[in-house]
Order: sequence, then C-alpha cells, then structure tokens
Amino acid sequence: MAVCIAVIAKENYPLYIRSIPAEQELKFHYTVHTSLDVVDEKVSAMGKALVDQRELYLGLLYPTEDYKVYGYVTNSKVKFVMVVDSSNTALRDNEIRSMFRKLHNSYTDVMCNPFYNPGDRIHSRAFDNMVTSMMVQVC
Amino acid sequence: MPAMADETLFQLLHTQVVAAAYGAGRGSGDEGLRAGLTVLEGMGFRVGQGLAERLPQGALAFREELDTIKFLCRDLWGAVFGKQTDNLRTNHQGTYILQDNNFPFLTQMAWGQQYLEEAPKFLAFTCGLLRGTLSSLGIESSVTASVTSLPA
Repeated sequence: MAVCIAVIAKENYPLYIRSIPAEQELKFHYTVHTSLDVVDEKVSAMGKALVDQRELYLGLLYPTEDYKVYGYVTNSKVKFVMVVDSSNTALRDNEIRSMFRKLHNSYTDVMCNPFYNPGDRIHSRAFDNMVTSMMVQVC
Repeated sequence: MPAMADETLFQLLHTQVVAAAYGAGRGSGDEGLRAGLTVLEGMGFRVGQGLAERLPQGALAFREELDTIKFLCRDLWGAVFGKQTDNLRTNHQGTYILQDNNFPFLTQMAWGQQYLEEAPKFLAFTCGLLRGTLSSLGIESSVTASVTSLPA
C-alpha cells in the first residue's frame, strides 16, 4: 500500500511526486526530501565497498512510526522513492521490488517518448495511471 | 525471421535520415556541413538517452567507468548493430578507443578512398548516440570518429 510515490532526477529535483490523501502532500514532500540523503549514503557505500553485486533496489531506507520508506536507483541515477503505510504489514519485499520494476518500466517508456525532454516534469497519463493503480490497490 | 530484418531496416532508415539532414536546402559548404552534422548528432544524443534507460534492464549498477564502456561495446553495439566492437583500447586516463572493422553503416559504400569526405555524415548519428548514452549513465564525454578506409 503505497501512500506516496516520487521520481527524483539525477540532480535531486523531483520529476514526479504523488501522494494520497492529498492534504498530507507537504509532509510527504519533506519525507522524500530527507530520504534522499539516505539514498546518497547507500549509493556511495555500495560504490566503496568491494561488493561484487550492485543492485538497483536499495531496500528499506528508514522506518518511522507511521510509515516506511523504500528506495530504488536506476543506472542513470534517477531515484524512485516509495512511502508505504506501516499499518499494512502484509507487503513483502518481493511485492515492493515488483512495484519498483513496474515503475522503472513505465519511466523507461516516458523517457523514450520523443515529445518528452529529459529533465522536465512527467505529465504522461500512462505513467499516472500506473502509479494510481499501485496506490489504489493499497487502500 | 523478424529479428534479422531489424538491422537492415535501421540502416536504410539511417541512410535516409542523413540524406534528409542535408537535402532540405541547408546550405552548402562548410556551414551547411556543420549544421547537418549538429542535427544528426543531436538526434543521436536523444536516442542515446532513451537507450540508456532501456538497455541495462536488470543489469547491475555499473561500478566504474570501464564497466560502462564495456557495456557500450558489448550490449549497445549488439543491440544497435547486431555485433560487438572488435577492439577497445584505453589510456587509463579517460580516453577510450572503440574499433569496429566492419561498421554496418559504411559497409555498403564503395571500396577505396573516393567517399572518404562523406563518411563523417554517416558517423555523426552514432557519435551522438554514444554521447547520449554516456551522459545518461553519468559520464560527460566528447565522442569523435575517424575512418581509415572504406568500407570500414
């Protein structure tokens, strides 16, 4: 049950951010912004450690009493951040991974759209619909 | 098989794109040539950005620059031209030379030196493609191409 989904560009500005319910949008903006630090930390930690495996999925970034924040970074350093309600404990890691994979695929489609300039905010309806389907299924 | 026709189709399309970039009265001489090259390279750049998102699907994040260049030589060349580059050299200080002895866009041209001046037009798109992919993957670069003899 995703409560907020955000796509952050390489330069750390948001390309797309959507949350439900809409009144708490500001709070989620703030949460996503603070989670970026954690993302950077994980990415640089992975770079320095001599780990063979480097995964795109970053996992749980940090939990609070209300919700948990998950992260995913692509090869072009675009980050996806997902805020999930803690009350729904049935969501397993696999499901989060598959949600991120769907996000990545939709983002790739947006990128390949010739009318889309990389760096602009995402206005694609297909992307919107996919995100809505991920958020609604949670409720 | 549909997969094999992809490369031929892409080559034919590319030939027409080059012709169109120069055909629409863009002016002759040096400025015309440069304008056409810029247009082609810009096209390649945007395509490269899209490709950089799509190609590494499922691949692990690249750990260092060399990984990215190797990905270019193997996966990108394989996806776009159906083969891999023949040789990769580096001076370990940021310069990489990718060598392809049978570059698909140029194999259809006549043997010998006669069309050597025309060759850059057919390489501009590919240069842009590489630059776009690299920039999407986080590496700012400048890509130049050189042809020694046709077909190359």
